Amino acid sequence: MSNFLSLFLALVIAAITYGTPLLFGTLGEILTEKSGNLNLGVEGIMFMGGALGLGGVFYYEKAAGSGASGFVAVLVGILCAFLAGALASLIFSFLTTTLRANQNVTGLALSIFGTGVGQFIGEYMRVRENGYIAIGNQLKGFFQNSPFPAFLQRIPVAGGVLFGNSVFFYLGLILAGGMFFFLNRTRTGLYLRAVGESPATADAAGINVERYKYLATVIGGGISAVGGMVYIMTIAGCVWNHEGLSGVGWLAVALVIFCMWRPLSAIWGSVLFGALMILYLRLVIPFIPTQLYKILPYVVTVIVLIASSMRNNKEKQPPASLGLAYFREDR
Amino acid sequence: MSDPVCAIELRGITKRFGEVVANDGIDLQLNRGEILSLLGENGSGKTTLMNMLSGIYFPDEGQIFVNGQPVSIRSPRDAFAHGIGMIHQHYKLVDVFTATENIVLGLEEGGKLDVRAAGAKVRDICERYGFDIDPAQKIYDMSVSQKQTVEIVKVLYRGAEILILDEPTAVLTPQETDKLFDVLRAMKADGKAIVIITHKLHEVMALSDKVAVLRKGKYIGTVNTAETNPQALTDMMVGHAVTLNIHRPRYENPAPRLEVRNLTCLDGEGVKKLSGVSFTAMGGEILGVAGIAGSGQRELLEAISGLYPAAEGEIIYTPEGRDPSDLVGKTPMQIKKAGVAMAFVPEDRLGMGLVGSMGMTGNMMLRSWRKGKGVFVNRRDPNALAMEIWKELEVVTPSTEFPVRRMSGGNVQKVLVGREIASAPSVLMTAYAVRGLDINTSYTIYNLLTEQKMKGVAVIYVGEDLDVLLELCDRILVLCGGQVSGVVDARAATKEQIGLLMTRLGGKEGA
Repeated sequence: MSNFLSLFLALVIAAITYGTPLLFGTLGEILTEKSGNLNLGVEGIMFMGGALGLGGVFYYEKAAGSGASGFVAVLVGILCAFLAGALASLIFSFLTTTLRANQNVTGLALSIFGTGVGQFIGEYMRVRENGYIAIGNQLKGFFQNSPFPAFLQRIPVAGGVLFGNSVFFYLGLILAGGMFFFLNRTRTGLYLRAVGESPATADAAGINVERYKYLATVIGGGISAVGGMVYIMTIAGCVWNHEGLSGVGWLAVALVIFCMWRPLSAIWGSVLFGALMILYLRLVIPFIPTQLYKILPYVVTVIVLIASSMRNNKEKQPPASLGLAYFREDR
Repeated sequence: MSDPVCAIELRGITKRFGEVVANDGIDLQLNRGEILSLLGENGSGKTTLMNMLSGIYFPDEGQIFVNGQPVSIRSPRDAFAHGIGMIHQHYKLVDVFTATENIVLGLEEGGKLDVRAAGAKVRDICERYGFDIDPAQKIYDMSVSQKQTVEIVKVLYRGAEILILDEPTAVLTPQETDKLFDVLRAMKADGKAIVIITHKLHEVMALSDKVAVLRKGKYIGTVNTAETNPQALTDMMVGHAVTLNIHRPRYENPAPRLEVRNLTCLDGEGVKKLSGVSFTAMGGEILGVAGIAGSGQRELLEAISGLYPAAEGEIIYTPEGRDPSDLVGKTPMQIKKAGVAMAFVPEDRLGMGLVGSMGMTGNMMLRSWRKGKGVFVNRRDPNALAMEIWKELEVVTPSTEFPVRRMSGGNVQKVLVGREIASAPSVLMTAYAVRGLDINTSYTIYNLLTEQKMKGVAVIYVGEDLDVLLELCDRILVLCGGQVSGVVDARAATKEQIGLLMTRLGGKEGA
């Protein structure tokens, strides 16, 4: 029995590790979609965030040598990834909000573009640095180990699950809570939701629709990109691997739908999706190919979509003008 | 009131859209504590004028004064700053928000969003004027009248002293209308200036202090409600008959072609759009359909062509020299094949009937795509037809492949009407066929319709301009609120007679 429990706890901890990058990717996309922009480029954005975040930390370590501070390294990683994602989303915003290009097409293009840019930067750095981009063991710990003291992690049963995760999981929790508060309790959050629901109404009420769309999309893209960096730093072991990230961004897009655009649901949703991602390693059933396991998150998303549209709950719906360009003179 | 304070004054306001003059030198004056009705037919420029007060449009000429001061209103925000609030016909509300959230939207108050304080203020306003809404209720749970109340409270919350309501009663039940009027009277007593845009005469008489009348973009005059009567207002609204000299020959022996018996149609929510409509359309005759917008014209045409389900009644169609049959229950394709053609020109022209990104040829093919052999479509015949329409109707376009979306409105309409006529129908229905067209093009369309009539086709012409209806048609069917309020002989009827039928069933209600 205790054997089973420890297996289960290990699964949860691993699920949290795999879920954390998804949590960032999803939270960023929720913010974007709340402004009515459907940015399908999350995959590309996370790739860019992963490559640039790793690059930033690598060159920081190289410059600072043995005096490198873990705290600064984490900060540099977050900042580089955020900027990469913000820049990519700025392209998206310019194309869809200012030029009113089709959001689906632009998002898909950004997905391909971002993946390519991420791959290029990652590979370029790898070749220049003699075939290997990796972070030293000392700094690695700051990215991967728990920020809590050891005695807390040794609390029987719950200690590991509650206190044994990487610093990014806790940052993600704070971010999810903050985003919930922002969207539901602040004036700016209310106005942002109004823009996503009905830009014409927001415009008539004197809200600057373009500004809200730009800011939400750029900041949201930055947050998503941090998820890419977290993936490289925790799951991929701080090493550039050009196959590492593939598919995570698409899972984040699916997860936004799964958690019905609610930041707090994104927390357990991403842990669940994390578990589904690694189930093929932990729960091996012979003769079932791993590919079948890997489609589980998408199957779950489809089921949730069907269930939610059948219940026809007005609250649990995408923002009403999601994916639509807004132009004041269209009537 | 001994010393009335002038809330708004308009002097010489003119607004043009391209070549169309929507408002032509309009003067208007409204004091505090007064209700002004802005009366006029569709397209007379009422909404355009009020949109200039609320900051949607900017006047080309003229000056607006608020409280005696000249002002320039360039955006809805400016309008709010001058205490002007407009309640549009189509509500601008976010469905998943509560009433309070919608009301505070866009306000630049600093600090944290205090829903409770805002809700208290909303409740305050509601109590003062007798509104009945729950500030915490979501919009999607509300009735139309509650949504309207939210819009009114939204305007009052922003401190509006001048309220403009665009056809506020169009979607309300009589009981809700009475309630709204009580609220408006309470606001009037509170010293607010109120403008309501309407074309319902009995409401004008019941509610307003003054009536300003517009006709075809021109200001006709303002009268005190107490000193006028519905007949006098109708005369002002429709004006004196204008002679247009449309050629109107008589067809020798018209025979019944389409007989509608007791037709009733319900919309998705079970509201009667048409109620017990009966009439006969004769071959060799133009039957005009008059009525205020939304009186069931669209539903009537769609029901005949099989696009709108009929709940009750029969549509008996008798093609020349063949046996009569009932069209109810047939598919649009079957009705089309039987020879009933519809050239419907909706508000957005391209919405129904033409594909904007296709050229003339492509649009001709929308009617003939079933012809041709195997999987390939026949392009040659449609192209020949397109060429013919291009030449005959003098359509201005570089080629028959040029996207119709990029043609001017008049040319689009020529393509649409030309195609329907080319299918040699025995019933031809048009709605708003000359909307937005210049005089010459309008006459081309009139002549086309008359030509069809002389071939023995039953033409049904839904129009807005009573002068045209009186000179073009042989008989005129008047709809009011989905019912037939009368059928008159166009050669003998007067404009006033039709105007009264349009606003009152059988000339009785509200008189």
